[in-house]
Amino acid sequence: MKMAVCLKQVPARDAVLRLNSDSTWVREDDVSFEINEPDIYALEEALRLKEKQGGEVVVCTLGPERAAQALKEALAKGADRAMHLHDPAFQNLDAYATARALAAAIRQAAPDLVLTGLQADDDGFAQTGVILAEMLSWDHSTIIMEIQAQERALKVKRELEGGWFQWIEIPLPAVLTIQSGINKPRYATLKGILAAKTKPLQRLGWKELGLDEESLKPHQKITKVFTPPKSGKVEWLEGTPREVAQRLADKLKNEARVI
Amino acid sequence: MAAGILVFAEHHQGKPTRAAWEALAAGQRLAADLGLSLTAIALGVELSPLMAELARAKLDEVIALESPALEVYTPEGFTSAVFQLIEARQPRLIIFSHTYQARDFAPRLAARCGRALISDCLSYRREDERLILIRPVFQGKFCAETEFMGEPPYFVSFQAGSFREDSVEAGAAPARVTCQAVTLAAGTIRTRPGEVFREAKQAVDLSQAKAIVAVGRGIKGPENLELARKLAEALGAELGASRPICDNGWLSMDRQIGSSGQTVAPNLYLALGISGAIQHLVGMKGSRTVVAINKDKEAPIFEVATYGIVGDLFEIVPPLIEEIIKAKSG
Ligand SMILES: Cc1cc2nc3c(=O)[nH]c(=O)nc-3n(C[C@H](O)[C@H](O)[C@H](O)COP(=O)(O)OP(=O)(O)OC[C@H]3O[C@@H](n4cnc5c(N)ncnc54)[C@H](O)[C@@H]3O)c2cc1C
Repeated sequence: MKMAVCLKQVPARDAVLRLNSDSTWVREDDVSFEINEPDIYALEEALRLKEKQGGEVVVCTLGPERAAQALKEALAKGADRAMHLHDPAFQNLDAYATARALAAAIRQAAPDLVLTGLQADDDGFAQTGVILAEMLSWDHSTIIMEIQAQERALKVKRELEGGWFQWIEIPLPAVLTIQSGINKPRYATLKGILAAKTKPLQRLGWKELGLDEESLKPHQKITKVFTPPKSGKVEWLEGTPREVAQRLADKLKNEARVI
Repeated sequence: MAAGILVFAEHHQGKPTRAAWEALAAGQRLAADLGLSLTAIALGVELSPLMAELARAKLDEVIALESPALEVYTPEGFTSAVFQLIEARQPRLIIFSHTYQARDFAPRLAARCGRALISDCLSYRREDERLILIRPVFQGKFCAETEFMGEPPYFVSFQAGSFREDSVEAGAAPARVTCQAVTLAAGTIRTRPGEVFREAKQAVDLSQAKAIVAVGRGIKGPENLELARKLAEALGAELGASRPICDNGWLSMDRQIGSSGQTVAPNLYLALGISGAIQHLVGMKGSRTVVAINKDKEAPIFEVATYGIVGDLFEIVPPLIEEIIKAKSG
């Protein structure tokens, strides 16, 4: 089975984020980036399917220069080749335009199955994979916790709210968005890192993808980013660890009456 | 009637879900603020009782889109059916609650219309003709004001709890009910959904716990769980966790608290190294007293905390265990 994994580079989880000068996003110059967590699970799932069934794993990202690092990491883990959608015209795309560019790349790669993470931890749209499926006119399913491959179809376990699940049979080609926890992602080995150096990493701009300006037009726009207002109901307990421990024990006993 | 607002009312076997009422509450507020008509829609079979229930709310119309093909949810079926209605009615705004079902098909529906969905919104603001939606970014560390570009229809989904289900206004008279049979082109639905189920093993029922010590990724590794366990023991509490702890297999899935785990409401909820993502908060915000210990003062968990301690849990928990044992015996 030929698979494509769409992944995104996002600020590292423990990065200290500060707003940019015009408060439209965060400053990116002094933060480190990593692969979006659910996307790591999506990549792992593709690698496992390949190990079971044979086939190819193409990784695909849309992002600036730095995003090539995410692709290299994916190649080191075992992906076969990479597509980097990189063009000045790709700055600040919304989910719709991102999906449109990805769809153009996916058509070139012509996989049977596309896997993405269920959402990106930066903008949190939770939409790109689903829109991609619509643009390709493929079936899709979201928040997937298990994949079983069958002849020209898949059986997937979709997570529902409150600990419920559902098995769904979905024909190929298809797009699945993967939930964190579906598997145990591997680490890249030294051998993998060395092998990655010779794997193809293709760079594609809007012309190579056959896109025009019209198709990249945003449909939504962030006008301002701000720190959420605090409701201020919390009572802060301060002091040395011993002092806060004493204070909390006292509060729990005499105020909250829970001990 | 002037093109207005459509609210997607999710239901479970013919009963509107909480998410449906929350979406309707959002729709009522927006309809009043923007001067638009309000219509609720539901999809399935034999929807008359559901229609009657929805029609009691203050709105102009409720529409049932009925077809045997819509009895069980599929993204293709729901996308096609609502798309047909949008073409016929030309609404300006379509509102969803940001549920698993809306996540599954609303982006596809919006894309089919060639329009945007602004997802997971917390609130909105109107500035003259501009509709500004406020949504979390960076897992709630920041909020972003977001606006639509281009022509309507516009699609919006609101996060659980953004509007209160009990704020839905009742109507003076029942709203008009329209039942519409939907025909889907042959071959529209290609996926085959099975029965919904729970994993068989549910050994722990945290919903009844009086006290819970919940650990998050701040606990670093499974070897440190012993520390949390000792604290739980001192408090007579159950051990719970955020999702990544269960994903990693450090604790079993039935200890997971949140939208995809258990919903709890103990007298005491003590969160150790949990950031407080919305999917976690929805599972525990009914707790009476919430203590949060986190080294990041900006962590969203402090928004729902009664007592907040900014610091390293590994420094605070050991003396805390001693002090609790002391306080209990004193
Ligand atoms: C569809 C969906 C469903 C989900 N369902 C759930 C669910 O049911 N339950 C759930 O919990 N999550 C759920 N999630 C995941 C959720 O979005 C968050 O990713 C998750 O809750 C984060 O867990 P955490 O707080 O433990 O980790 P993080 O967000 O990584 O937070 C760790 C925290 O620990 C603090 N910390 C680190 N070291 C220390 C230290 N030494 N001392 C004190 N503090 C420290 C950090 O400051 C940080 O705030 C779901 C996500 C999606 C998309």
